[in-house]
Amino acid sequence: MARVLLFGRLSDLAGWREREIDSPFLSALRSRLAAEDIDLGAALEGPGVQVALDQVIVRGDAPLSARTEVAFLPPMSGG
Amino acid sequence: MIRLTYDPFDPGALLSEFCRGRSEVGAVATFTGIARAEEGSTTTLELEAYPGFTEAEIGKIAGGAQVRFGLEEVLILHRVGKIPPGEPVVFVATAARHRRAAFEGCDFLMDYLKSKAPFWKKEHGPDGARWVEPRPEDHADLARWDKEIST
Repeated sequence: MARVLLFGRLSDLAGWREREIDSPFLSALRSRLAAEDIDLGAALEGPGVQVALDQVIVRGDAPLSARTEVAFLPPMSGG
Repeated sequence: MIRLTYDPFDPGALLSEFCRGRSEVGAVATFTGIARAEEGSTTTLELEAYPGFTEAEIGKIAGGAQVRFGLEEVLILHRVGKIPPGEPVVFVATAARHRRAAFEGCDFLMDYLKSKAPFWKKEHGPDGARWVEPRPEDHADLARWDKEIST
């Protein structure tokens, strides 16, 4: 089960912050989340949203292991 | 050193500690960012981080800045959680042999923190809450440093 984390406005939109989801690929995980929640699915594909697998930013698709931590990161702003 | 904290901090005490025992450094520059009330429209600023990832990402940039500007040391302390207006949100200190490097390193690190560091910022006010994303000016501020590399 991958551990899926949502940050910033994504967690407000989805109504959850962390979930365990079984999925073999990042693309399959995205499809599954979009099928459950169309607004969240669109937001995850939105401009400036990045994905980190085990705290490393990735682009495109990637396989997920049972212990992968998948974090969806909307545009960042600190200071 | 990169540190996140839920607790209020005293920038003066941090500066004193950062300067202590430095007989060769010559220059220390600091920046303190303070939560703004926005004329009453913000009653609380809320900062979220991704523990572990946030410190690691800031650490990479701070390491690059140390090399680029020739900094002896960098301190970045960033609040997370709920922050009332008037309290410090971020403190950046840079130490270098000469002032220009210290000023520029501090300026660069703040431009990075505003638009690229893994934080998510929400303003709570009488009209509800809203997420704050970087403004075009924040991106332009950071882009200044890329231009300086190419010229």
